[in-house]
Amino acid sequence: MQLGFLVDLRLCMGCKGCEIACKVENEVPLSTWRLRVKYVDVGSFPETKRTFTPLRCNHCANAPCVRICPVSALHYIENGIVNIDKERCIGCAGCIMACPYGAIYIDPLTQTADKCTYCAHRVASAMMPACVVACPVEANIFGDLDDPMSNISKYIQEHQGNVQVRKAEKGTDPHHFYVGGGNVTLNPLASLREEGFGLFNNLTHLPVGGHH
Amino acid sequence: MAHEIIAATNAVVTLDVALPGIVWGWIITMNMWAKSIGTGIIFIAFYLLKKYPEQTGFIRLPSVVISIIFIHMFLFFTVIDLHQMFRFWHIFFHPHMTSTITLGAWLAAGFVGIILTMAYFLYIKKDEAMYDKLLAYGVVLAVPVTLYTAGLMAQSTARELWQMPTESIQMMLAAFLAGSATMLLVGGNKFSDEIKKDLALILGFSALTAFIMYMLELVFGPMKAEEVAATLEFVKGGEYTFMFWLGQIVAFLIPMVLVCKSIKDKSYYLLKIAAVSALVGLWITKHVWLVIPQLLNLS
Repeated sequence: MQLGFLVDLRLCMGCKGCEIACKVENEVPLSTWRLRVKYVDVGSFPETKRTFTPLRCNHCANAPCVRICPVSALHYIENGIVNIDKERCIGCAGCIMACPYGAIYIDPLTQTADKCTYCAHRVASAMMPACVVACPVEANIFGDLDDPMSNISKYIQEHQGNVQVRKAEKGTDPHHFYVGGGNVTLNPLASLREEGFGLFNNLTHLPVGGHH
Repeated sequence: MAHEIIAATNAVVTLDVALPGIVWGWIITMNMWAKSIGTGIIFIAFYLLKKYPEQTGFIRLPSVVISIIFIHMFLFFTVIDLHQMFRFWHIFFHPHMTSTITLGAWLAAGFVGIILTMAYFLYIKKDEAMYDKLLAYGVVLAVPVTLYTAGLMAQSTARELWQMPTESIQMMLAAFLAGSATMLLVGGNKFSDEIKKDLALILGFSALTAFIMYMLELVFGPMKAEEVAATLEFVKGGEYTFMFWLGQIVAFLIPMVLVCKSIKDKSYYLLKIAAVSALVGLWITKHVWLVIPQLLNLS
């Protein structure tokens, strides 16, 4: 079994239901996130468009975070999920340096690394991840990549040529796919991220140490 | 390419969470800096004791004491940077051997064992022959201890600027630079002109080579990947430009000039200034190189 995730960006409407469901399900502390939806505006008035990109851990087959972790706190479980043992983590932040997707953070409450686990605890009870359940338009598709009859496998087959992963050049072999993505949505360098108050909130960086 | 996309699409992030800033900060800089001195002094002591055994016997004790102090500084800063520092023992009892952090911890532990044993045989047993024998093993172990941080940086897949083998060469050069500078300050006028010239040349050539490598990174780095190009913007007119050039001047250019002048004038005084300059500048240079890749948005 190899669990994977796919987000159809053409369906996502940026409601952030997945983000909130994740926060609640996993008790993700303030100023940190396991899953977030980034808004990027494209074009010049009146020809403008808003894009929405849910971003989470990619559960890579060749995960740099697993490789660099000195105590195996980050590890694979048998269904392919990259899980984390917070009791074992020493908080060295090596995984934060290694993850090309910026998907790992230091939990300010436990002072250990944390990230999306595809809701491994729910999956173990044969439930879908919280974000999948919350999505009102079924833009999140989760399932077994090894099973050709699973929804995710069929979706990938149907949309061949329009399936992308983030930073494929890193050789991490992500198990998180996007349909309808492009440079603007998937490449963080392809959009301007100016610090300060923007349209909705204060775009900023966390101070030294990685959390408030 | 990203610049062209932004120009063409006018893509602007309008809603996003706060992204992590600098996670590995000055504590890790202290870690690298202290380690350069702690292993570098062992390299230089070995060289001097082999080449000038009659004139350099007095460096045995200060060399091992300095190495012990700075390697423990390195270990101290390593541990206090952990968010769960009291779980440090997990590295030894739950080791994951693909991680260079684990390998580094084991190697550093072995190195500490050797230098403590060297100190024991020299100070308690008064056995210089055993000290010299252990020093050879210390040198062998000091190489991977110096290099493992470069391995760790290479494993940091997200930070495209930190590449193997460039970082490993920079780590070795930093050790030679810091080791020779420290030895010049320790040895003082007890060294003959010939030894001073040797140390000055090691210092000068380490500075020159490291400077050339940084300049080559600056010029050719952006051709490797757009992430490197974006990272180097922070030192090409960005917020770390002044600090970067300050580091290059203080760590490399000033020592190079002073080394040339001191060799010409046979002035030990200038060499001392060069040594202090190199040690201060090395910290600044390492800090800038550590921090700038962390300023890049990864997602």
